[in-house]
Order: sequence, then structure tokens, then C-alpha cells
Amino acid sequence: MKMFDFIRPASIDEAIAAWRPGAAWLGGGTNLVDLMKTGAAQPDRLIDLGRLPGLDRIETGAEGATRIGARVGNADLARDADFARRFPMVAEALLSGASGQLRNAATVAGNLMQRTRCPYFQNPETACNKRRPGTGCDARGGVGDNYAVLGWSDDCIATHPSDFCVPLAALDAVVEVIGPNGAREIAFADFHHLPGTTPDRETALEPGELILALRLPAAAAEFAGHARYLKLRDRTSFAFATVSAAAALKIEGGIITGARLALGAVAAKPWRAAEAEALLTGHAPDAALFDRAAEAALSDAVPAHDNAWKIPIARRVAARALALAARGTPARMPALPASVFAAEEPAHV
Amino acid sequence: MSDTMSRPMRFGSNSGQPLTRRDGLAKVTGTATFAADNHPRNLLYAVCLPATIARGRVAHLDVAAAEAHPGVSHVMTPQNRPPLQGDPSEKPTMFSFRIEVLQDDTVRYAGQPIAMVLGETIEAATEGARLLNPRYETMTPRIALDQNEPEALEPGALGRPADVEHGDMQTARNSAAQGIDVTYETAPQYHNAMETHAVVAQWDGDRLILDMPSQALVLSCAGYAHFFGIPAGNVTLRSPFLGGGFGSKAIPTGPQVLAILAARMTGRPVKLMLTRQQMFGPVGHRGATRQRLRLGTDDAAALSFIDHEGVSETSSFDDFLEPAANASQGLYAAQALRSTHRGVRLDVGTPSPMRAPGEASGSAALECAMDEMAEATGLDPLEFRLRNYAETEPGTGKPYSSKALRECYAEGARRFGWSRRPLAPRQMQDADGMLVGWGMGTALFPCPMFAADARATLRADGTALFETSAADMGQGAWTALAQIAADSLGLPIEKIEFRSGNSTLPDGGIAGGSGHTATAGSALDASGRDVIRQLGSMAAADPASPLHGADNATFQARDGRIEVEGDPARGEDLAAILHRAGLEQLEGQGSAFRKPEDAENRAMNAHGAVFAEVKIDPDLCQMRVTRLVGAFAAGRIINPRLAESQLMGGMIWGVSFALHEKAQHDPRTGRIMNADFAGYHIPVNADIRDLEVITIHEDDPYVNALGIKGVGEIGITGTVGAIANAIRHATGRRIRHFPIRIEDLL
Ligand SMILES: Cc1cc2nc3c(=O)[nH]c(=O)nc-3n(C[C@H](O)[C@H](O)[C@H](O)COP(=O)(O)OP(=O)(O)OC[C@H]3O[C@@H](n4cnc5c(N)ncnc54)[C@H](O)[C@@H]3O)c2cc1C
Ligand code: SF4
Repeated sequence: MKMFDFIRPASIDEAIAAWRPGAAWLGGGTNLVDLMKTGAAQPDRLIDLGRLPGLDRIETGAEGATRIGARVGNADLARDADFARRFPMVAEALLSGASGQLRNAATVAGNLMQRTRCPYFQNPETACNKRRPGTGCDARGGVGDNYAVLGWSDDCIATHPSDFCVPLAALDAVVEVIGPNGAREIAFADFHHLPGTTPDRETALEPGELILALRLPAAAAEFAGHARYLKLRDRTSFAFATVSAAAALKIEGGIITGARLALGAVAAKPWRAAEAEALLTGHAPDAALFDRAAEAALSDAVPAHDNAWKIPIARRVAARALALAARGTPARMPALPASVFAAEEPAHV
Repeated sequence: MSDTMSRPMRFGSNSGQPLTRRDGLAKVTGTATFAADNHPRNLLYAVCLPATIARGRVAHLDVAAAEAHPGVSHVMTPQNRPPLQGDPSEKPTMFSFRIEVLQDDTVRYAGQPIAMVLGETIEAATEGARLLNPRYETMTPRIALDQNEPEALEPGALGRPADVEHGDMQTARNSAAQGIDVTYETAPQYHNAMETHAVVAQWDGDRLILDMPSQALVLSCAGYAHFFGIPAGNVTLRSPFLGGGFGSKAIPTGPQVLAILAARMTGRPVKLMLTRQQMFGPVGHRGATRQRLRLGTDDAAALSFIDHEGVSETSSFDDFLEPAANASQGLYAAQALRSTHRGVRLDVGTPSPMRAPGEASGSAALECAMDEMAEATGLDPLEFRLRNYAETEPGTGKPYSSKALRECYAEGARRFGWSRRPLAPRQMQDADGMLVGWGMGTALFPCPMFAADARATLRADGTALFETSAADMGQGAWTALAQIAADSLGLPIEKIEFRSGNSTLPDGGIAGGSGHTATAGSALDASGRDVIRQLGSMAAADPASPLHGADNATFQARDGRIEVEGDPARGEDLAAILHRAGLEQLEGQGSAFRKPEDAENRAMNAHGAVFAEVKIDPDLCQMRVTRLVGAFAAGRIINPRLAESQLMGGMIWGVSFALHEKAQHDPRTGRIMNADFAGYHIPVNADIRDLEVITIHEDDPYVNALGIKGVGEIGITGTVGAIANAIRHATGRRIRHFPIRIEDLL
């Protein structure tokens, strides 16, 4: 590992003052430190956010919006009973990610900012436009199971690996950031970027900006009764998504009056399926409708790699997630959250 | 030969007990020292730089940059690597491979060490290695089986000839009423013990002390001594605990030789511990295979022939082949049997024995092919296997030393509920709409014995010391071997001190081939019996002993005494005999032994039957093995708890083989792109649900005096095929490669 400064600011002002090009914020370190070990990340200054006051709280404001501090642990958020009741698919997505140990260490801001699992990005000595702009993209013509079918470009075909971000995208979360030029808010839809010709520009964060919190609007809780996250994966637990979907419905008098759908592991950002949502609204929930919505969600899909199989499977995952949501949020978190085998497992954890 | 009666008393009361691991407390409290836990003073840290291409040469290393990094003390490259006394392309022992120790700048596979950096801290050495920033001249690597021609090679360390044929294949083919011709492929898999390969090397003149996890302590000393031009006796290897081995810790490896060389060069102790990524290349792996199986049956569904052609990868510079087709030699009765092995030279590290070498890959293909043949005959898979049950070893006609496979089938099937299985595929669904499938496979693993010695010392206070350089990889040798030792003197295990895991002790042989308990156990048993024989002679000759005049051959050790068999009242305490003879202690020696005539005339295997249930989402195709039942007949079980753990571990490995493990090489560089546990999947807890192991009693008077076979590897065999067969039964889809993934079932 390359030598680096390690700084532990005691205030947000100090943190911002400590930043300079080449510095990186340190959350739980579960992604950043791994990349430092492979050499894919080589910061020369780590600014540990662990001592910053006030970033570890989950608060519900007067207007009903929920604000999650940047350093709240993934496990702590998922296990917060009030949060899980209001935003069950967010909790389910969190609990379907990584392992217990990792969720304990990982922070919510770190989860948003986690880097792609593209194996070429993770291992230096390969051409990767995201890691070193202009070098090319070894993933094309290479191996790997997790490439995009939506929103990719010739310069980069990687996907965003987060589970947590998929329901956040569906629920119109807001990211609160602060930086040398002051504080601002970024709508979740604008937060992660598609690669285009600048795959290195992954998010809307400007250099030196820091995530302070995430906010879920009060309206997002209106979906609590019909909200599911479904994650297809290569083993029963502790695997990144092959494809995932967050589906949430408002059903009134047998009619869908509001619908949210986002897909994970299909693009460089959590993929909000607005046309599908529009298609669902105003109809009675049924399998054919869900199939049509899923069809619409994937209508622009094109395989970026030898992963054409991902398109039909993504359709089926989206349709199934909608069907599960229509059935209603389970009273208890399944012991295998977001799993196709969720129904079968006796409750544990 | 098998029965369900309680076993005879001759083994006393320790064997057969489900004792917990005697090293368990040390392990869970962190006081068990693994190799890399040793920190001698003045230690230097070594870090390997692995090649990131598979074929070409290293054109440039920025040695100056690495050397300039604070804390870096030396950079070892082919330019300045001190000489070795033994040629690295020679194989000093029977378990050796050609190693890469910076002989030259050629890159033969990704992961090959191309430099070693020594530093005052691990961080300094790691950064030094990174700063070397190699440039390569690259050539197109060959990394897939179709990228080179299969050749006839000597099949490396495992013994048998490459091609074996029994019976008249042509006649059998002609007479067959029907047949199948199918090809299966298995993926490259990499041993990844929890503890990666490590060494702490210290020189004292021309004596060498190694703290190093080893599955073959004394043999390894000879291997390392060869490279450094010193007598094997000058090497002390300490390996009290291993965090797993799976075959990859039985052989000297290049990185470890380099670290020892670094210690000699610097005159300081050197520690090396491979990173997880560095495990993918220089320490062996299970090579990919392509296996063509042709099977034919007569009208009565009796096998006319099994023709098993194995093609497997090997490296460009050594010869190890996955002996997969051997799996067809010992299992099913057929008029004609043929197995062949060919190698494809690829730009990969040399493959090596990995838990159930040959049998795992071979059984995976064979058990699937057997199901395909069963389906062609219209028979239930179990019924088909029973019709082709071998009463004697197919091909040779040798009688089995024991074979309770029929009982394994029966008991496994009963516990699993096999009789309720619909014959046709895609018939079963559970309440949640999941497709359900049931499959089975036969398990088989040979039971070799190796050479081993042990020493027993009975002390005046009635306690005893047993010594042998055994290897405990976590399987429980510290416990099971002590149980055998205690029984040989008829003492409770609390009275036994057991010393092991150090090469200066009598040679405990190799922990491999599932033969360690049989081998080291036999040596320990013989050493204890040697003590009893000596004591017995003393007592029989001593008028003051109640045993005076009795026949030594009728003596048995029990409850701290020697007694006359059939007349237990006539006996005397061990300590009393010793005391009267004026001896402080009495030493016995023993060696592992199998009667040569039995070894020659009998076929010796452990057997089993594995039954699997899978559930599969009909649309989304995610799979889960929801139930596994394995029934195994593996001779005498010394410690049922430990044996069941081994068998379970093997079956879980079967899940891993069937559904998960696969190294993915970049086609352009040959580098393995998923060389970590986030990318190289093995099952996690949630992948294993109902897992039941049944052991079937077997008395085997031929394998060795103790009747022990082995349980370390057999669990993988049978399981892989059972799972693939269950997937076929659930979905109607026959997938002919491993691992089987979601996308294969779409
Ligand atoms: C083996 C493994 C399996 C995994 N499986 C899954 C999975 O199935 N699903 C899933 O969703 N995730 C998975 N993860 C990823 C895991 O969720 C992330 O590693 C974790 O969320 C990152 O959080 P952290 O706090 O540790 O971030 P860090 O590693 O500390 O940081 C990650 C990035 O975020 C930046 N950052 C951190 N905090 C801030 C801030 N406040 N403002 C701006 N930038 C910041 C850092 O600079 C860095 O670039 C897995 C990880 C591993 C190692
Ligand atoms: S897909 Fe993107 S992240 Fe992967 S190698 Fe190409 S540019 Fe880099």
C-alpha cells in the first residue's frame, strides 16, 4: 500500500479544509481499503469521517421526511424498526447486501459512493477508462458477469453494484452534500452518472464535496404497504446482484394509484423505470400488466457483453418484484431478505 | 462385509467416541499458533510480485524505485537471485512439482512470482513490490482447453498409467443394445484454504528452521533441503496447526523457497504470507477437464462398456494431469472399461492434487453420464446403479476388502425418501411454486496407506507419550490419532501426551489421499502395541506377576492393565510391571502397515451414496440445494463427530463444485480476474440447508490392523453428480458443464 496521510477531523469545517486533490473520504473502509490494497485507489490522504459529529443519526423531521446521517451503518439503518416499517424495501435491500460483518462496518454514504465491481476496474495493470481516463476498456472482450444492458457507452460498460441505491432511486431520495462552496442538495436521479465519454465522473459530487445525509421524502412512506426488493444472485447470500428490482405500489380500491420501479445491476446507476411506472398507474394489478411494465422497463436494453441473457431475466425479475409488491409487504422481514427463496426459510437472524 | 453389531472391545474405549477437538479451546481463544503467528526478532517481511500476464517475458522492473522506498531492504529478481543448490526443475520428492524461483525472466503463467521484495514492515515490502511496476513483452496466452492440442503425458505424481483398458471394448460396443455419447466440462478451481501459504524461515549456520503449514512435514524437509544443498536432517519444520490444506500444502512451492533463500541471503529471519490473490497460480489448482463418456447397455440394462476419455489442462512446463477418467475404473460392473488421459499444455500454473483429485471431476461426469444412461434405459437412477453393482472390482476381478455400498444406497435412499421420486423430470413443485428435483450419485474414494513411524513411551506414573509428525489441517488429527494411541495402551485419553506437528518427531507421513488417520494411526497403534508386547514378555517371565507363564499372544491392554483375553481377572497394571522391572519408562516403535498380500489381492475403497434435492425458481432460475443426504461406508470410524464433519465438508465442496467455483481467465492476458472471495464463489452458510451424513458400519480386516479407511475426500464424489442430476430432474434440462449457473437454465 502506498504511503498516505491519515487525518481525523473533529468538525465538518475541518474536514472540508483538509481536503485536497488526491484525498479521499473514509467511511467504513469496506470498499475503499480493498481498492487501496489492489492499487486501484491510491489516495495520498485519507480523511476519516468517523469523528464528525451528528452524522450517525436517523431523524424524522416535522414534514415527515426521514434524514439519514452519512455515517449511519448499513446494518443500523436496516435494523431501525421505525425506518424499516416506513421504508421496508430499503431495509430489505440493505439486508440483502454483502454480509453481516460488512453491513456493520459500511456506512450509507459509502454505499452510495461504492465503486463498480468490474474486475478490470478493480485490478490495475488493465486498461480502464474509469480508473485512468483515455486508456480504453478491457472489460470489452474480457470476462466478468456483471456488465450493463442499459445506459452503457463504448467507453464503459460497468454497472453500479449497490442494492441500497435501487430503492432509494425508486423513492426519490435526496442527497445532502457540503463542500468548499457550501451546502447543496442533489436529487437521487441526478446523483449517479451514466458513463458517456467520461466514465470517471461517476457522481454529481464536485471535488471536495462530502455527503452529509440522505433524505427520504414523507411521500415515500406511502408505499410502505406494497414494497419489495428482489435480488437474483449466484448464491443464496453474500453475492452481488445478478439483476435486482425495487418495486413499490400504492393500491387504492383495487387500482394502482402510484407505482415505483427501479432496477439494479443493469446500468452504471440504479435504473429508474419511469415508463413502466406510468404504464402501471391507473390499472388493476395483474400478471399481464406487470409483464408489460417489465417489458417497457427493458425496452431500450442492449447487451454490452456476452450478457444478452440478462435482458429477459431482468424483465422477469421486474415483473416478479411487482407481483410480490402487489401481494403486500410481509409483516416480518424475511430471513433471506430479497431472495427468491424468502418464502421458504424459517425466520431467523 | 458389513454388520450393524457393536464392534469388538479390542480397541478399548476411546475410539468410536465423538470427542470434541482437543485443540478446540486453543483455536477459539487464539492461542493456537499458526505459522505466520511467529515473530522472531529481527524479522524481515517478504512480498512476492506475481505476474499479471500468463505468457511472455518481463522486460523491465523498476528496481531503483522499489529500493528507494523507505523500509525496503532488498529486491530479489532473476538478475540478483542467489543460486540454489538444487535445480528447481528437478523433483526432489515424489510429491514435488517444478517450481518457479526467478530462474529467468520468462513468464509461464499469471500469478508466477517475478520478483520478491524484502522490507522491515509488510507495508514497506508491499509498496516496494508495487513500485516495481513491471513491463512485459507479451505473447498470446493459451488458457482454454481448445487452445492447444491434447498430448499423451506421463500422469504426474498420481501413479497409474494414463490409459487403462479391461475387457474387449470392440465386442462390448458391438453387443450393446443402446448407448450414450456425452461430453462434460469442469472449470479450473483453486485451492483456497482459510490460511494462505506462509513461512517463517530462520537459518542457523547450515541448519534451517521453518514455521510453515505442511501436510507432509518430513517429506517437505527433504524437498527444501534439496534446494539448499543441506541434509534433510538439518531442516526442522514446525507445523502444529494448519488452516486447511486441501492438497496444496503438501508440496514445496516457489514463493516459499524464495523466502527461505531470502533468509539465507540476508542472515535474518524472513516471513512470507501469500495474499488471497496470490493463491491463484503458484500453489497448484484443480485443472479444467473435458471428459467424453460413452456408455452402452444390453437389453437388460447391464452395462456393456464404459469408455471414459479425459482431457485436462496442465502447465507448459510440468506434467500433472487431473486423473479424472480413473473414476470409471473401480465402480460399476461393465464387460469392458477404458479410461484414457490426455493433457493440454496451457499457460497456467501447474495443476496439483486438490481435495479428491481425479475422483471429484471424474465422478461429476461419470455420475451424470450414469443418469443419462439410466434415463435411456427407462430405469430409476438408483435401480440402474444397483443392476450394475460390482461385486468384485471391475476389470481386475479382485475382491473388495469390504464394500457396504449396497447398505449405503439402501439407508441413504430410505432417509431421503427416494422411493417417492417420480421417474420423469419436472414433476415436482413445492407450495411456493419452486421446481423440485431429486438426484443421486455414487461416491467412491480409494484408501491408500503411506509410510509412517511413531514412538510410544510408557512412563512410570502410568501416563504415556506418543510422538509422530502428523498434520492437523483442522480435520482433527490431534484428537483422532490420540484416541487410537490411547487405545493401543488401553489407557484413557487423559493419560496420553501426544506430540505432533514437528518434523523432528518420527515421520508421520502425508496428510493426503484420505489416508492420514489410517497411516499415522496404524503407526501409533503399532508403537503402543510394541510397548505392550515388551511389557507382556517381562510379566510372563516374572514369577512375581499374575501373568507369569501366560502366553503373550493372549494379552490385551485395557483399563491401564495387561489382561489375559477371556480371563480379565488375570492381569496386572502397566505401571506395576514397569516398576518391578526398575524402569523409569519403556519405549515402543511402530510403523504403518498393510499386509502386502492384501494390498496386492484386494481392491480397497471407501464407498457412499449421495442424494440431493434442489429447488429452482421456474422463471428466475436461481437454484438452491435444499437437502443432501450422504451415506458412507468408510471402514472403522475413530471419531464420529470429526468424521461426519469431514464428510459434510466434502459434500459442501460438492455444492461448490456443482454450482460455484470457477476461475475466470482474461483471454488476452491469461490473468485470473476473479482472484478473491468476492468474485470466486464458494458456498456460504445460507447455501447449505439440510445436510445429513450417515455412516454405515464396516469391518475391514484387510485395509490395516485398525480397519480404518478414510473420510477426507469421498464426500465430494457423488455429490456433484447428484446435484446436476437433481437439476435435470427439476427442470428437464441437462447441463453438461460445471459450475451450473442461472444463465444456463434460462
Ligand atoms: C465482499 C463484499 C461483498 C459486498 N456485497 C455487496 C452487496 O451484495 N450489495 C451491496 O450493495 N454492496 C455490497 N458490498 C459493498 C458494500 O456495500 C460497500 O463496500 C459499502 O457500502 C461501502 O461503505 P463504506 O462506508 O465501507 O465505504 P468506504 O469504503 O469507506 O468508501 C467507499 C467510497 O465512498 C466514499 N465516501 C465514504 N463516505 C463518504 C461521504 N460521506 N461523502 C462522500 N464520499 C464518501 C469513499 O471516499 C469511497 O470512495 C460488498 C462489499 C464487499 C467487500
Ligand atoms: S467497463 Fe468501465 S470500469 Fe470496467 S474496464 Fe471498462 S471502463 Fe473500466
